[in-house]
Amino acid sequence: MIEINHVNKWYGPSFQALKDCTTKVAKGEVVVVCGPSGSGKSTLIKCVNALEPIQEGEIILDGIKVNDPKTDLPKLRARVGMVFQHFELFPHLRIIENLCLAQEKVLGRSHDEAMAKAAKLLDRVGLKVHANKYPAELSGGQQQRVAIARALAMDPIAMLFDEPTSALDPEMISEVLDVMVDLAREGMTMMVVTHEMGFASKVAHRVIFMDQGEIVEDALRTDFFGSPRSDRAQKFLSKILSH
Amino acid sequence: MFANFDFDVIRRSFGYLFLDGMTFTLTLTALGALGGLIFGTMIALMRLSGYKLLGRIAGLYVDLMRSLPLVLVIFWFYFLVPYIGQWLTGASRPVRVGAFTSCLVTFILFEAAYFSEIMRAGIQSISKGQPAAASALGMTYSQSMRYIVLPQAFRNMLPVLLTQTIVLFQDTSLVYVLSIPDFLGAASKVAQRDGRLVEMYLFAAIVYFAISCFASYGVRRLQARISIVR
Repeated sequence: MIEINHVNKWYGPSFQALKDCTTKVAKGEVVVVCGPSGSGKSTLIKCVNALEPIQEGEIILDGIKVNDPKTDLPKLRARVGMVFQHFELFPHLRIIENLCLAQEKVLGRSHDEAMAKAAKLLDRVGLKVHANKYPAELSGGQQQRVAIARALAMDPIAMLFDEPTSALDPEMISEVLDVMVDLAREGMTMMVVTHEMGFASKVAHRVIFMDQGEIVEDALRTDFFGSPRSDRAQKFLSKILSH
Repeated sequence: MFANFDFDVIRRSFGYLFLDGMTFTLTLTALGALGGLIFGTMIALMRLSGYKLLGRIAGLYVDLMRSLPLVLVIFWFYFLVPYIGQWLTGASRPVRVGAFTSCLVTFILFEAAYFSEIMRAGIQSISKGQPAAASALGMTYSQSMRYIVLPQAFRNMLPVLLTQTIVLFQDTSLVYVLSIPDFLGAASKVAQRDGRLVEMYLFAAIVYFAISCFASYGVRRLQARISIVR
């Protein structure tokens, strides 16, 4: 589903953000990407739907080369859902409109069709009663659930999560993770950048550990938590699991 | 002090002053602001686009317009627009353009330079995550601008845009150089016809003051309301 082959990326002439990254995410697979801040994990996931360009290597999404100038990027991005750290709901639109806009303007669905889909998804994330509110009237956890519903409204073939719980207060993290766990159990293909090791140990098939732009470890969940091979991964795990 | 003054001249010329003069002034202000906003937004988008040449041209235009006195631009366009029309249509003689059209074109082009800077600031005030979210949903650049970025930029900048429109309202009085009966022009004509310069100019000043003050008060109210919603 997602193939990342020998990807190199630089910010400016000197700073290399990604160093020869290679991995893949199969259909129905849930892959968690973790690592210390500045390790390039967010950059990597943003390269998957070309929100960030890459200079070398290739990324293939459902058989289509992302970094090919001939690729119709908007069309390709419409098929992959993305959830951001800071939600990025559209503050000038009501919740229901946030869910309908791209369905109508990008997928060309009728207003009724989009509304029906939006209502169903809002119900699913438990926020149907807030349909006519504006994003600022909702809590962080509720906003992030809306953001997930907004991405799902496009019927994506895969979902990308870029630190979906990092900006949330602790008591709101679980309501977002619950939605994500459900999604994973339904067989959605997911690539998730997160520090939530509880989530990783519950639903991830594989865990990728990154440091300084490199993929240091790419292992099955059981192997990763059982016996991470690299020193750096071990150190990282001991730090975040010690409390 | 006011003993020799004849304020009845205002009552006598009321219809001319307001139905003709003020209507012209307000129409020119409204259309000038609307056109300036649309054209200005286009210039702002050019400046913010990745294309260096396009940005350079837009920047040059803004600098040029902002370094010329408005009166000069009004004059200039009045005499130049007919020739541009001739050149564009290939007519044998300069194309006749009404004074109103000429003024409107001038104000749209002139105000666009100012509105473009306001809209540029407004667009830059939107966090990068917003267009990124729009892109991630499959929107094209123009869809992202149209549905996500520009509506928010416009909303954020509304008080500043309206304040600039109040300035424009006052600036439209400069069309007197073309002897057009806008509100001030009409007052001026009556003043000279009846020899009541002080009365008419005093009255005109009060009217401009009242309208501008009232409008500024409205903008402040609006600003307060917007900041609560946010």
